[in-house]
Amino acid sequence: MPTYDLAATPLRDLNQALHNIAPGDNDRQFSVVNPRGHHAVAVGVHAPVTIDVMGSVGYYCGSMNDEATITIHGSAGPGVAENMMSGTVIVKGDASQYAGATGCGGLLVIEGNASSRCGISMKGIDIVVRGSIGHMSAFMGQAGNLVVLGDAGEALGDSLYEARIFVRGKVKSLGADCVEKEMRPEHLELLAGLLDKAGVTDARPQEFSRYGSSRKLYNFHVDNADAY
Amino acid sequence: MSYHNPPTEPRISATFDEYTMSEIRRAAATGIYDIRGGGAKRKLPHFDDLLFLGASISRYPLEGYREKCGTDVVLGARHAKKPIELKIPITIAGMSFGSLSGPAKEALGRGATMAGTSTTTGDGGMTEEERGHSERLVYQYLPSRYGMNPRDLRRADAIEIVVGQGAKPGGGGMLLGQKISDRVAEMRTLPKGIDQRSASRHPDWTGPDDLEIKILELRELTDWEKPIYVKVGGARPYYDTALAVKSGADVVVVDGMQGGTAATQEVFIEHVGMPTLACIRPAVRALQDLGMHRKVQLIVSGGIRNGADVAKALALGADAVSIGTAALIAIGENDPRWAADYAALGTTAAAYDDWHEGKDPAGITTQDPELMKRVDPVAAGRRLANYLKVMALEAQTIARACGKNHVHNLEPEDLCAVTVAAAAMAQVPLAGTDWIPGKGGT
Repeated sequence: MPTYDLAATPLRDLNQALHNIAPGDNDRQFSVVNPRGHHAVAVGVHAPVTIDVMGSVGYYCGSMNDEATITIHGSAGPGVAENMMSGTVIVKGDASQYAGATGCGGLLVIEGNASSRCGISMKGIDIVVRGSIGHMSAFMGQAGNLVVLGDAGEALGDSLYEARIFVRGKVKSLGADCVEKEMRPEHLELLAGLLDKAGVTDARPQEFSRYGSSRKLYNFHVDNADAY
Repeated sequence: MSYHNPPTEPRISATFDEYTMSEIRRAAATGIYDIRGGGAKRKLPHFDDLLFLGASISRYPLEGYREKCGTDVVLGARHAKKPIELKIPITIAGMSFGSLSGPAKEALGRGATMAGTSTTTGDGGMTEEERGHSERLVYQYLPSRYGMNPRDLRRADAIEIVVGQGAKPGGGGMLLGQKISDRVAEMRTLPKGIDQRSASRHPDWTGPDDLEIKILELRELTDWEKPIYVKVGGARPYYDTALAVKSGADVVVVDGMQGGTAATQEVFIEHVGMPTLACIRPAVRALQDLGMHRKVQLIVSGGIRNGADVAKALALGADAVSIGTAALIAIGENDPRWAADYAALGTTAAAYDDWHEGKDPAGITTQDPELMKRVDPVAAGRRLANYLKVMALEAQTIARACGKNHVHNLEPEDLCAVTVAAAAMAQVPLAGTDWIPGKGGT
């Protein structure tokens, strides 16, 4: 298994090697040691490989991931898995702001807590957070699912489009146009699948509440001006 | 014989003029601010307020049509492995698919390619039409990230991080529901027919320290191949340029308030930002102070109309200019041939700016399948190429007259200003004096 030591190897060499992975290559597992908070670790990978990052990372780890499974054995700085297309990113520790921002697909699992704006402008990504999330999460979320086993901070789902939010704990407040919705059988089924994919075995879908857009702000009307 | 007091003529207030009163009545009737496309329409100090001095006894000119005058420019050589080489210093600004029709985007790509320059995507992702017809395509990285994906990043020729635009520094985008067709909705991952709001700031970074990391990420994503531009609206050009350079930009794009938008509030367009003319010298000074002038390229946009404007922007220190509104006019926007249709919309074939409504008779700022048939991308592309070439020829004509063998050799010394305001903004002497406001002289 190729191992890249970021204490000795430039970041550029790591990312170039990951970008050079070709379909027939034998090496499918990679390890990154001594990440030491480096930014932009394993960004833009577009191959179905496994990457273990043995420590904490800075900004944008695993961004725009397409097909790879990237596990961060530590905590992640802002923008982890930013704009992910497919594949999986797992954060064993906590995640800073903007986790999964604008993600278009794939699965982001945060085993600790996530800070503010988790899932901001999400466009199809699935995010499962075992802990709690900060304020303004799923702001302008367009598509995808945000699952939170803990609590959610202020203004959850502000200006939400079609993204779905499931929270097991308390929600401090809902943002503009975000409302609690009925949990129907199809949602329980969807949530069960997401929990299963994320390896969560200690939570049942029935324990969650569902939140989504009331769609009242989809077209501007002056009578709603106070909500903007 | 009785004496009649002569009546005074009815007088309309300069403050409450007819337009102002019509806007008050419109606001009172609708309860919503006015939204429109384009840039500032108010009269502003502009390139027309500058003149070239030309050659004289102390400066001799180059022979027109005989002696060479270069127009080429290389963008992005600071860090990128693959800088962009343009034949002319005039690029096509970012305009989105969604705000513009597919045939219009194709025409822009065709015209730019024929003229040897680049075109730019916009707030809606990259379409096959424009990638296919644009030899050099700049991919905008916007706050909304609509359609953003790594595959398109890798097939772009440069990346432009959009922080702001001249029409609305500090504002986001707006695409009203009537323009969200099935294709636009799919590209933006939004339901059809809703008002689509683009964020005003990036979702995953704030401030210059973050921008440096964001640029690092984009470089790593694309293996340091692509030039990275940073585009700002004309707000604080000295500091914005300096901070963009500090953050690692290869190219800085400064867009003055005459620069257009697909749609935003009229109050925003007319009352936020600075005139293009006021933005250039501070941006150039920032580059000079950092020792990066001509190393980091400066692109100026906002109200560029002809080769004289190009030459003046370059003389003030820009490396290239960018056009948006003028390019749309070249491919047919506001064309008098559709005068009757514009009249039916309650406007004229020169004033039409309700680009957000999707009813553009010219078929350019619309997603209506019937209207967009009015744009022949091949013919419209040819017109754009012609126009670009004319502007380059005009700039060369002026440069030769000033004795320059490359348009980049034009300099502030070649200029004078005809108004005090323009002299102050451009930092060139008022005509007939050596007085530069703020710098002494007589």
